[in-house]
Amino acid sequence: MTEKPKFAMYWAASCGGCEIAVLNIHEKILDVDANFDVVFWPVAMDAKYKDVEAMEDGSILLTLFNGGIRNDENEHIAKLLRKKSKILVAFGSCANEGCIPGLANLSDSREIVHTAFNTISTDNPHEIYPMTSYDVPEGEIHIPKILPVLKTLDQVVDVDYYMPGCPPESHQIAAVIDLVVDVLHGKAELPPKGTVIGAGNSTVCDECKRTRNVKTIKSFQRIWGVAPDPSLCLLEQGIPCNGPATRSGCNARCPTAGAQCIGCYGPAEGVADYGARLISAFASVIDAKDPQEIDRILDGLVDPTGQFYRFNLAGSLLKAAVPAWKAESTHEKEKA
Amino acid sequence: MTDSFEPTIIGFTCNWCSYRAADLAGTARIKYPPNVRLIRLMCSGRLDPTFVFKALANGADGVIITGCHPGECHYIEQNYKALRRFHLMKRTLQGLGLEPGRVKLIWASAAEGAKFASEITAFVEEIRALGPLHWGKNGSAPSPTVEAVQEKVEVPA
Ligand code: SF4
Ligand code: SF4
Repeated sequence: MTEKPKFAMYWAASCGGCEIAVLNIHEKILDVDANFDVVFWPVAMDAKYKDVEAMEDGSILLTLFNGGIRNDENEHIAKLLRKKSKILVAFGSCANEGCIPGLANLSDSREIVHTAFNTISTDNPHEIYPMTSYDVPEGEIHIPKILPVLKTLDQVVDVDYYMPGCPPESHQIAAVIDLVVDVLHGKAELPPKGTVIGAGNSTVCDECKRTRNVKTIKSFQRIWGVAPDPSLCLLEQGIPCNGPATRSGCNARCPTAGAQCIGCYGPAEGVADYGARLISAFASVIDAKDPQEIDRILDGLVDPTGQFYRFNLAGSLLKAAVPAWKAESTHEKEKA
Repeated sequence: MTDSFEPTIIGFTCNWCSYRAADLAGTARIKYPPNVRLIRLMCSGRLDPTFVFKALANGADGVIITGCHPGECHYIEQNYKALRRFHLMKRTLQGLGLEPGRVKLIWASAAEGAKFASEITAFVEEIRALGPLHWGKNGSAPSPTVEAVQEKVEVPA
């Protein structure tokens, strides 16, 4: 019997939801097992980094990489898996655009460590922090070093395909697995490098069944404060829905269920900056000409930066906020 | 260091008013500092916030947006749209830690060459006082593969 092609999946800075989403394809997971030899998948099987290091370059056919690049361990494994894999897929929002872990790019990374180890949730009167290296009789041991700015996978290594979503919808994962299996059996061809797979090419609005009229917004509403009309476009009702800038692929799940789209499928095709596109979209429908009136309406959008960059900050044009860049600059100086 | 700091400023102008105001300032030989690189749009309403973010991400220290006075837009009311975008963009940029003074909106009609020149002069000084921005470049070299990633092209909605 010929050897099965090899499959790997890895999680860097992520929540584990992408892994669950893969398992959520139910019996389709058996197709993965039937067609692939799973060689590395920390969440599902025991494997050591040194096993991967020992593999021949390019010997893994398909690697699904989820998670952003938060520390030097993530960076090392991203580079390692790039070298060992023929096809590297940025899998899920974190690897594509930073996602929720990327929101840490709003802050100085030292402040993040401080919050984690020395605030109300942790009683730490002596301000004891983890050390990144420590001498023990057996030698020096290390823990990963946090990077000042979280990066997306393609900011660190070359990526073949992008699969968005937080997490990617299971039916989309199943479709991608079908495609790969067809390719293996010579029944289909791989899409061109750089293609976004497992998602649509238009916007969530395009898939949304809600009725749209001419939008004019006199005030923004928070979703928990109103009972939205079940069939009318949410944005039209003043509920900040990110549908206009978000990539289709989820069948407009959230607006269908009565909640606004928060943008987990990332920027739609042709959108260079997700937040900028939404600023245009929202500002266009605000019904005011007077600067004070405009400001009054905008006060209803409580956290515009969070609203527009919840998933996309690390992948946006500006990538991180000033405090994170400042920390990065000190970090670089210390290294030099 | 800031003594010799010459700010790099990107200015967006409207074809029908502020671009002509800049032209008028030129023909009238009114001097203003050369720090501003002007980009002509058909209307301030064409100003996509993406342009501003791209300017800041690529080394601009400040961005000035100029358009026709309220009520005088060639395309009826697109300058109001520019005004609303500007307000929302500014709030978003403040959330990212940008000083509010680095992005400015002014109105200048085609007849206001002198006003245009003095606004630019004032803005250059304001940015000079704020110092260099160097967004994302505070000593950090871009990772080598970043160049290899194809630059995304914005397709208007
Ligand atoms: S803005 Fe939201 S609710 Fe309105 S059409 Fe788009 S996705 Fe649907
Ligand atoms: S509607 Fe928006 S937030 Fe909800 S699943 Fe779809 S892309 Fe994600």
